[in-house]
Amino acid sequence: MNWISNYVRPKINSLFSRQDTPDNLWTKCKECGTMLFHRELADNQNVCTNCDHHMHITPRARFAALFDGGIFTEVAVPAVVEDPLKFRDQKKYPDRMKAAQKATGEKDAMLVAEGEMGRTPIVAAAQDFSFMGGSMGMYVGNAFIAGVERAIELKRPFVMFSAAGGARMQEGILSLMQMPRTTVAIEMLKEANLPYIVVLTHPTTGGVTASYAMLGDVQIAEPNALICFAGPRVIEQTIREKLPEGFQRAEYLLDHGMLDRVTHRTKLKDELVTILRMLGGLPPAVVADLPAPSKTPELVAPTDDADQSPVVTDSEKA
Amino acid sequence: MTHYLEFEKPLAEIEGKAEELRAMARANEDMDVEKEALALDAKAEAMLVDMYKTLTPWRKCQVARHPDRPHCAEYIEALFTEYTPLAGDRNFADDHAIMGGLARFNDQPVMVIGHEKGNDTKSRIERNFGMARPEGYRKAVRLMELADKFGIPVIALVDTPGAYPGKGAEERGQSEAIARSTQKCLQLSVPLIAVIIGEGGSGGAVAFAAANKVAMLEHSIYSVITPEGCASILWKDAGKMREAAEAMRLTAQELKELAVIDHIIAEPLGGAQRDREATIASVGKAIADLLAPLSNQTPENLVKSRRKKFLDIGSKGLAA
Repeated sequence: MNWISNYVRPKINSLFSRQDTPDNLWTKCKECGTMLFHRELADNQNVCTNCDHHMHITPRARFAALFDGGIFTEVAVPAVVEDPLKFRDQKKYPDRMKAAQKATGEKDAMLVAEGEMGRTPIVAAAQDFSFMGGSMGMYVGNAFIAGVERAIELKRPFVMFSAAGGARMQEGILSLMQMPRTTVAIEMLKEANLPYIVVLTHPTTGGVTASYAMLGDVQIAEPNALICFAGPRVIEQTIREKLPEGFQRAEYLLDHGMLDRVTHRTKLKDELVTILRMLGGLPPAVVADLPAPSKTPELVAPTDDADQSPVVTDSEKA
Repeated sequence: MTHYLEFEKPLAEIEGKAEELRAMARANEDMDVEKEALALDAKAEAMLVDMYKTLTPWRKCQVARHPDRPHCAEYIEALFTEYTPLAGDRNFADDHAIMGGLARFNDQPVMVIGHEKGNDTKSRIERNFGMARPEGYRKAVRLMELADKFGIPVIALVDTPGAYPGKGAEERGQSEAIARSTQKCLQLSVPLIAVIIGEGGSGGAVAFAAANKVAMLEHSIYSVITPEGCASILWKDAGKMREAAEAMRLTAQELKELAVIDHIIAEPLGGAQRDREATIASVGKAIADLLAPLSNQTPENLVKSRRKKFLDIGSKGLAA
């Protein structure tokens, strides 16, 4: 940041904020203040086109960009006991749940889906930060386990996009128990010899980081994602000193040997395909924006016909 | 000197008076105060029974954190023979918040691992108040692997406010270390028994407590976060810890009902701190009772049943 950006930016910001813009059409980037048109932003998977700041993205939007042609099938999640602890803080837990369900249109904070990504069949799960901070409770644990079981059933890799403020306080000890529960699922995946890839997104903290989000065969993070066990505020209060710049951010973790890669959201799909095809012993991927998959996902098996030969690209076909 | 908790103040007064009377009698041989002192004793006992019969969750937290409660080192000293501490994670350091090593339990070789909080200022600082850093969990993983290799059962004594939230701990991968320790618990082909002897704080506790059998002392607690932490998140006021402790269901009795733990070990009247030897003896008995039926299970079955136990947790909530 230099004196020009320091000086000019507030002027532009104040100009824009005075304008009467409906919130659903324009989003302001929190990092650089640029006003982004909603369609442009969605096309770029909620990454600021000006400064590359990665904003939250819903699991549905992520899956639409991840799976070929935006086509995926949801994996059903076994029902959970509602409000098992009869928890009440300033509000009742069921009321908080209803509000979150209404705001997001989702059942809970994790979505699981199966489909093809670059013609590579996978099962994926993504956490929804907009649903009670993506917090991990019984449902999230069940969703994770259901995803793993489906992956084992279909002999596919499992890709996990984590985003959570940690455990869901309102489920108390039962949310803590999701740490061993999801770890059991990872053990099952390991025994089935299937790849488990974790993509850590902003923020991944607490019990989620200290269980399934740190046990991947390959650990990838989105740029500048906060990844930690204890949050920076708690640490500052404990040690009473200022934390270094970029502390607990993806790049910092990469430097400290805790991650394999830090990858831009728009490049994630290609990278996942590349890695998974190598781990799965499949030929290199076709690099192009492929049409929706046909009804026979078996097409991707390495023994397939010429249609799947690695040299054929969309442009060549055309 | 007895250390009284805040809610025990009325009790402290009565017991103090009885003590004073007896001291006076000792100084002046003509006085006979025994009758009055005994009456006070009886009153104190009745009060103690009453107080501990209905401990609120927040009071249980205070008892669980009582400075005179027996700690890991005492249990190891009393219940095990030939204790041979093993140190270090072979990567960075030895974490003094975690103690562990080979020992014999009723002559049987076992691996014992536990959090140690320390008993005075110096040892508390050395032990970091029982809050482990990544090295501690990595040491535990190493010890569990050693036990697994030679078919030795593992006994874990859990007593921690939580994993240490520090800069270095985060840099060296606190979350990964906890995750690996939980994972190791779930991989062991030998019996793993965990006893929560004081505080079972969050991930720092579960890293040892993903066990075949989990037992808890009557007035110990086990929770996803401290009541103070929960209160500051949900009530935006750390002072609401009483309400939080109530809502969180962190007592042994509620956790048994939720099937999160398997067994409750009764404490002496007035809590473990009032009769440490008796407490340690009951923990020893509970470990022996829980270990015996696991000893003749096959390695495969131990792994399988441990996994199933955790997958099944949460299938029932508390009764309305």
